[in-house]
Amino acid sequence: MAPAHAEAEHYYVPHSSPWPLYGSITLFTLMSGAVATLNGWMPAWSLLPGFTMLALLFIFWFHTVIGENQQGLYNLAVDRSFRMGMMWFIFSEVMFFAAFFGALFYARNLAVPWLAGEGVKIFNKMLWPDFDGVWPSNGPAIIGPRANGSFETVPALGLPALNTAILLASSVTVTIAHEALISGKRLRLKIFLAATFLLGFTFVYMQAKEYHEAYTELGLQLGTGIYGSTFFMLTGFHGLHVTVGAIMLTVIWLRVLRGHFTPQRHFGFEAVAWYWHFVDVVWLGLFIFVYWL
Amino acid sequence: MAMFEASGTTHLQEHHEHHAGPATGIKRWLFATNHKDIGTMYLVFSLIMFFVGGAMAMVIRAELFSPGLQLVDPERFNQMTTNHALVMIFGAVMPAFVGLANWMIPLQIGAPDMALPRMNNFSFWILPFAFTLLLSTFFVPGGMAAGGWTMYPPLMLQTGDSFPMVIFAIHMMGASSIMGAINVIVTILNMRAPHMNLLKMPLFCWSWLITAYLLIAVMPVLAGGVTMLLTDHYFKTSFFNAAGGGDPVMFEHIFWFFGHPEVYIMILPAFGIISEILPTFSRKPLFGATSMIYAIASIAFLSFIVWGHHMFVDGMPLAAQMFYMMSTMLIAVPTGVKVFNWTATMWRGSLSFEPPMLFALAFLFMFTIGGFSGVMLALVPADFQYQNTYFVVAHFHYVLVPGAVFAIMAAVYYWIPKWTGHMYSMRLAKTHFWLSTIFVNLLFFPQHFLGLAGMPRRIPDYAVQFTDWNRVSSIGAFGFGLAQILFVIVIIQCIRGGKKASAEVWDGALPTGLEWTLPSPAPYHSFTTPPDVK
Amino acid sequence: MRVTRGDDGRSAALSRKFGFAGALCLAALGWAASAAANTSNGYNLPLGVTEVSRDIYALHMEAFWICVGIAVLVFGAMIYSLLKFRHSRGAVADTTMSHSTQVEIIWTLIPAVILVVMAIPAARVILKMEDTRNSELSIRVTGYQWKWEYQYMDAAEGIDIFSTLARDSNFARQLHSGIDPNSVPNYLLEVDHPLVVPSGTKVRLLLTSQDVIHAWWVPDFGIKRSAVPGFVNELWFRVDPGKEGIYRGQCAALCGRDHGFMPIVVDVRTPDDFKKWVGEQKAALKPAAAAAADRPADRRTAGSVQALPN
Ligand code: HEA
Ligand code: HEA
Ligand code: CUA
Ligand SMILES: [Cu+2]
Repeated sequence: MAPAHAEAEHYYVPHSSPWPLYGSITLFTLMSGAVATLNGWMPAWSLLPGFTMLALLFIFWFHTVIGENQQGLYNLAVDRSFRMGMMWFIFSEVMFFAAFFGALFYARNLAVPWLAGEGVKIFNKMLWPDFDGVWPSNGPAIIGPRANGSFETVPALGLPALNTAILLASSVTVTIAHEALISGKRLRLKIFLAATFLLGFTFVYMQAKEYHEAYTELGLQLGTGIYGSTFFMLTGFHGLHVTVGAIMLTVIWLRVLRGHFTPQRHFGFEAVAWYWHFVDVVWLGLFIFVYWL
Repeated sequence: MAMFEASGTTHLQEHHEHHAGPATGIKRWLFATNHKDIGTMYLVFSLIMFFVGGAMAMVIRAELFSPGLQLVDPERFNQMTTNHALVMIFGAVMPAFVGLANWMIPLQIGAPDMALPRMNNFSFWILPFAFTLLLSTFFVPGGMAAGGWTMYPPLMLQTGDSFPMVIFAIHMMGASSIMGAINVIVTILNMRAPHMNLLKMPLFCWSWLITAYLLIAVMPVLAGGVTMLLTDHYFKTSFFNAAGGGDPVMFEHIFWFFGHPEVYIMILPAFGIISEILPTFSRKPLFGATSMIYAIASIAFLSFIVWGHHMFVDGMPLAAQMFYMMSTMLIAVPTGVKVFNWTATMWRGSLSFEPPMLFALAFLFMFTIGGFSGVMLALVPADFQYQNTYFVVAHFHYVLVPGAVFAIMAAVYYWIPKWTGHMYSMRLAKTHFWLSTIFVNLLFFPQHFLGLAGMPRRIPDYAVQFTDWNRVSSIGAFGFGLAQILFVIVIIQCIRGGKKASAEVWDGALPTGLEWTLPSPAPYHSFTTPPDVK
Repeated sequence: MRVTRGDDGRSAALSRKFGFAGALCLAALGWAASAAANTSNGYNLPLGVTEVSRDIYALHMEAFWICVGIAVLVFGAMIYSLLKFRHSRGAVADTTMSHSTQVEIIWTLIPAVILVVMAIPAARVILKMEDTRNSELSIRVTGYQWKWEYQYMDAAEGIDIFSTLARDSNFARQLHSGIDPNSVPNYLLEVDHPLVVPSGTKVRLLLTSQDVIHAWWVPDFGIKRSAVPGFVNELWFRVDPGKEGIYRGQCAALCGRDHGFMPIVVDVRTPDDFKKWVGEQKAALKPAAAAAADRPADRRTAGSVQALPN
């Protein structure tokens, strides 16, 4: 056949695969479990099957893909598809966070001042005569755990500043690891990759400590009005992403120990690295708009 | 579906290479990775959902046939309205377009398959489970969600046990759409045959490329919004609760930031389809193809800055009202360019009226009517009278049913011979067309009058002066509904057998594009050897 | 008000021959509209009884006729090519005609201009509607599932009315009630206690809600606004002197089961009659008024109801 064919000829189209269907069933099980729990039809353990299946899904599916990769079934075209796919997936994640940042800005710059009767909304004073509308706010009905409805915020220059340092550092280490991988310095790669996910887990631990403090001492909880809502939903979803990212880094690290990845071809590594940088950037946004300003 | 296997295997003998033919039996569909199989599943699923959503619409129209409550209690009626919309949008129209993308994009750009075949199957199989979750709410205590497809809080938060099921169903649909969109983008950007540069690419692919960007941009926002609903309901958050410093209207902003691009997600691929069909049956290249692409792009861009036009009556600042009015009206300009270019495509052409062309023409007229009412709605003061009346219902059904849905039917009639290798019964198809066209106008045109005369939407019962137009509309609805049974008959016949279709299918017309260089039915593995585009 | 069978027949017939007939149908609508009463004639907006409603009507008709105009041109061109350039009539395609920058620029600019023409008067009306200054009577309107509360302020301070669907309509609208709606006067558009306002007076409504979002709408006044829980929306209307009478509307935001059954009825009276009415009311509910007078009462409810998210 003509050489022009070669490229697409070898574009790897898997014959058939059970994982997509299994994955859909997994999602369905997971969601059903969540529904049962939230509606109080069943105790929380009804979430277990879903999560177990999810864990298995990742193991199976990635195992297949990694296997195919090691067999060298993926040519450059396939590699490019994976890269683009990952980029657009990250973009969708950005938009997901955008929704919550949007909520934060809207509440802070519009809703709360309006409730306090700012500008044309003066008549809201009829409903909430003694609401001052200063941020941070848990609303005119001062909703929160404390009897007097008061609460404190997490000072930016405490754990958050430390966490910022940690994540920034981890971004550096992962870049160094990447350099090492490209220049074939495997030991260096192993060390700095390990450092990266260790930093990641440290971050999560710190975040957990911060949450504990907020809940027990600051009177700051998910139910502490709009401030609590935006604070915990933003930092919470971010923390979740850090956790997932750190786990993925660990997997990559194990693959490195197994001698996977070449200086030229290491999409898996790069994908996770991109994801990690994304998580890092989101955090900067959080640090500035949630903690600092 | 037997002919797929046949062609697939014969094709295999021709090219002795590592691709397998279709797996046999149910496995072929459950574990599918072939873009044609997955496309077929999408289309079948979408047709089923069209009937489910339509059946709900029939309940609505039957209840509205005369004043007073005859069939369902108000709560059930609202449930029908809400789920009719959710099913039609997320279950019928969007999957139909994804199905067409799956079938046609690889064929049109000369690719062996979609770029990420497993993810492709994942994004399909999520849907049946998502809709199982959504439709099973019919049986739970408190019934289905009844807050309207717009799900505004606090009303939505009053939903019973079905509340989390709806939210999670939407999460799953969102995941499915995002993966589908990523697949389309990657396929188009990475899998084009050599020398098939972007400007040579068929407009259907172009419209889908841009639609896919819209999907990736707004679906996650919807996911975020409904997540906030969930936490407001179960975890004490105050996003939409004024007492806690939130604002119910904030949800409307989040929803419509998704919602408006969403409506263009449902029309841009339709634009692409029309731009494929009109030239073929006008025997004349598409007029101003390049500006058509720019038009789609600018519509997509504008769709991000007009969402406020759904919220004029919620009391927004003056400046915002002005801005949203202007930006919304602006969309008429690029859309106009498309309509005019389509007209120019027919001008000095040589038109013949096969079923795809008939549906395309009907689209042209009736979508434009829907667009006109859209522009009227954009005028803020007038919208104070129109908003939440049947005038709005008339507007969006004109753009959605004789718009999006007719385009989908046109596409099926255009490409199904390529899929099955058989010609369908022209007589039946044309009957289907004329019945649909007559009844769809009977169904939705009087709703303009109802709205202007002051009939609010989302009501199960109405003041007696609205009786007559409602009767007309309901009769139109039943007629249109029954007419769709013909559609199914045509399709089934065409799959079962019929006159052999040639590779060009529309001989004598001017079908352009790579898909026509393949035999009909298209071999199981299209373009395992990439065609060279001159 | 009621549309005759004849009209159905016509519109049905017109609806055939797809969009083109649609355009004609629109035209028919427009023609019919020239005889617009102040309450709707059954297929077009009402002219209404306020300056704003008339402005809106004018805007609506202007936009409508512009669309009809464009429709005639565009559909005309389409239909011409349908008839003229038929393959069956041996028409040969001019395949050289692929694009023309000039015409494309022209038909980008013309619609833009038309839109500006539409937008300017619209903007003017918006400015007018947003001008809530020096209103003469304020009424606080609260939406509930499924009724309206009207609390008068200013001169009529203390008057507090709950307005619910009239009983006969309520009986008739039950599932399988067996009562023929046509036998019920003003079916679904009648309430027990209407809102009473003076004509020729700038009445300001302060809209809010106790539960979910509702919307207050009287077509003949040309105004519609959402009632959002926890927020207050403002709107105003001034009914022309001499247009006293009963005007009807409905809740215009899906608000749950009985959304279709919380009508709005406004009884517009001359300023003098209104004063008389206020007098009577005050006399009637002196003690009640006293209680309602100090607002804290409903503030607390406002707050506490809001406090529970759902
Ligand atoms: C496919 C879906 C689709 C499409 C394409 C559109 C297209 C448009 N829509 Fe529509 N719309 C919906 C689906 C859609 N809409 C839905 C579902 C709702 C209701 C949601 C809900 O509340 O449930 C809605 C509601 C809706 C509203 C809110 C109404 C209300 O609730 O009060 C408005 C207001 O501005 C609006 C405007 C427009 C405009 C200006 C366009 C424009 O894009 C139209 C542009 C096209 C043309 C104008 C015709 C062709 C142009 C020419 C021939 C050029 C010359 C023309 C002129 C100069 C006028 N739409
Ligand atoms: C793509 C989207 C889409 C599509 C295709 C349709 C299709 C139809 N819609 Fe829908 N509709 C919406 C999107 C759509 N709609 C949305 C977004 C809303 C707003 C919801 C809300 O307010 O929240 C809405 C609301 C809506 C209303 C207003 C309800 C209310 O305000 O209370 C009505 C009323 O007439 C209606 C009717 C119809 C009808 C008759 C069809 C017909 O075209 C359907 C025809 C199809 C069939 C009938 C199925 C095929 C045939 C059979 C099932 C066999 C059986 C047939 C018979 C027994 C006759 N729709
Ligand atoms: Cu109140 Cu609808
Ligand atoms: Cu819109």
